[in-house]
Amino acid sequence: MNQLLSVGVDGVIYSAWLFTAALGLTLIYGVMKIVNVTHGSFYALGAYAGASLTGAWLARGYPPMLSYAVLFASALAITLLVAPLIERAILRFMYAKDEVVILLITYALFLILEDVIKLVWGVNPYFIAEPYALLGSFNVAGLAYPTYNLILVALALVAGLGLTWILHSTRVGKLLLAVIHDPEISRAMGINVNRYYLVTFTFGSLLAALAGAFTAPTVSVVPGLGVEIIVLSFAVVVIGGLGSLPGAALGAVIVGVVRSLSVHYLPQVELFVIYFVMAAVLAVRPRGLFSLAEPRKI
Amino acid sequence: MKKLVVALVAAMLAPAALAQNIKIGVVTFLSGPAAAPFGVPAKNSAEFVVEALNAGKGPAPYTKRGFGGAAIEVVMLDEAGSTTTQVTEFRNLVQRHNVDLVIGYVSSGNCLAIAPVAEELKKLVNFFDCGTPRIFEDGSYEYVFRTSPTATMDSVGAALYVKDAKPGVKSIAGINQNYAWGQDSWGDFELAMKVLVPSVETKTSQMPKLFAGQYNAEISALMSAKPDVIHSSFWNGDLEALILQGGPRGLMKQSLTILTTGETAMHKLGAQIPDGTVLGARGPFGPYAPNNAYNKWFHGGYVGKYKEEPNYASYQMAQAFLGVKLAWEKAQDANGGKRPTNEQVAAALKGSTFEGPGGTVRMAIGKGHQAIMETAYGQTKMQGGKLTVVNVKRYPAEQVNPPEGAKSAEWIKSGFKAK
Repeated sequence: MNQLLSVGVDGVIYSAWLFTAALGLTLIYGVMKIVNVTHGSFYALGAYAGASLTGAWLARGYPPMLSYAVLFASALAITLLVAPLIERAILRFMYAKDEVVILLITYALFLILEDVIKLVWGVNPYFIAEPYALLGSFNVAGLAYPTYNLILVALALVAGLGLTWILHSTRVGKLLLAVIHDPEISRAMGINVNRYYLVTFTFGSLLAALAGAFTAPTVSVVPGLGVEIIVLSFAVVVIGGLGSLPGAALGAVIVGVVRSLSVHYLPQVELFVIYFVMAAVLAVRPRGLFSLAEPRKI
Repeated sequence: MKKLVVALVAAMLAPAALAQNIKIGVVTFLSGPAAAPFGVPAKNSAEFVVEALNAGKGPAPYTKRGFGGAAIEVVMLDEAGSTTTQVTEFRNLVQRHNVDLVIGYVSSGNCLAIAPVAEELKKLVNFFDCGTPRIFEDGSYEYVFRTSPTATMDSVGAALYVKDAKPGVKSIAGINQNYAWGQDSWGDFELAMKVLVPSVETKTSQMPKLFAGQYNAEISALMSAKPDVIHSSFWNGDLEALILQGGPRGLMKQSLTILTTGETAMHKLGAQIPDGTVLGARGPFGPYAPNNAYNKWFHGGYVGKYKEEPNYASYQMAQAFLGVKLAWEKAQDANGGKRPTNEQVAAALKGSTFEGPGGTVRMAIGKGHQAIMETAYGQTKMQGGKLTVVNVKRYPAEQVNPPEGAKSAEWIKSGFKAK
């Protein structure tokens, strides 16, 4: 029973982390039809910005409790600096091209940004351990978990529920849904579609950067950080259905729980269990669990 | 006047002709996840050693300028990329850059792929870091050497330390990366533990994907299993993430945790590594290095130049240069002072013994091509705001390395006796 409880807690923590990272990917695909590989770069940029700015904040002896706000501000700042630049300078000229071409362009940008990260931050690792241990621990099934993990869960909930509320309960969200369903008609109706693309790309990238920034206190921030997350995020959104918000949530929960179960009960299969689930879902539902008949949705 | 000019020009050219630069290809990770813990410290070490040797400022018997009086010229290459890329780059080093020899390679996969190519091209290569014992256990080479011990030593040394530090150990568990290095390290450690303590029980063996980064579930599984000892050969960001995530949860407090490559993290993550964690340095390097003249020269010079501690990869690179330098000069002397061939250098290096910043290196196994050294493990203790190692135990080279002709796994299985 205790072990099942810890499976649940581990699964929830992992799912929350994964959902925050994957949410932006599915949003950008849903709106812009771009399988955005640079999502991994924004995750890494968020981690680097978070680690270096929060590290500087703590090194100067400023209040450690505010380091969480610095993590948030770091992700926001780096996203506002880079995402609009990429969208305005490169991606907006590519929207007419085939999805595969845009995928390759974002892959090229991902490789360029990997080198830019090395140029700016070097190859040495960055650490900011303080925020992880600062809030103490809570116990479940006799095991201690840093309370910081609850911040990751809260971040995932706020991001997911917030985005759902924006899409379904605000004017901006409804206009965005119109853009998702038919950009041409939306443009004819007077909606500034390009502006929605810019905002979507920036907001989606911000979610990746936030996931990176809030992961930074738990890991060593090193080159290549963005590679693993893009593969996992892709698995999550494919399981849920590309472009589907509830699909991404369900995909993250499935991946998190299945991985946690395998780690606790059958560690030998942990390496491939996520991809096995992805393959199994695709075999039954080739467009993912939440795919509907419509070609576009979110 | 004309004669004077000719004489001056001849005088200027003559030493240059005699002491033509020795071109050495140095291959290590300059980018990617292995750059920070291994590649860059090794590159820094190569640069420091070459600079010192070229200035004739090595400790005796390494006092001669460069290699045998000729300056060393380094061609530095990045080891990042696929094994196929590395084989191509190795061929480029030999056939386009015309290097005299190559020192390099962190990845065991790359070492295994480069060895037969070096043999084919008849180019001397000295592997400075990679750990797989298979290179000389499964193959026989004339031009291939490794002046650092194999991973077998790390695992056997770890098991011996556990037995000494935790008498009556009943159970073990592991968390290792799911690829050759992690699987071999855990396999050898588990086997050695079962030989040393036949009643020991394996509680769980966690094998997360390389660079997974998130280990909450694995840490929970390890803590739920409550083993007496946890073994990990994690390296790079994975090692640091395990420390950052496991430390606050009390993982290293609950079980004696042995991190076989932990030394690479101690200089960066000092305060985060709980007291009592067992750290390895893949040999007598870093905090386990002897207090000899070579270490004083290397450690002092490295810290002076880079303002940071050298880690075990730095030590391995330094001793790779020193071993080849000594062999080169021995071969040159035997060749009447003329530049030696790769065959002559290989013959001089084969079976040789030399001293370095990590102590005595003996090319005693792999038909004289593979080094053995003593090894050491110790436990962390924060003292005066600095992470130190205490309870250090040293194990002689013969105790932790298989004898000549024996395969590592069979040697361990036979209770460390098989020939």
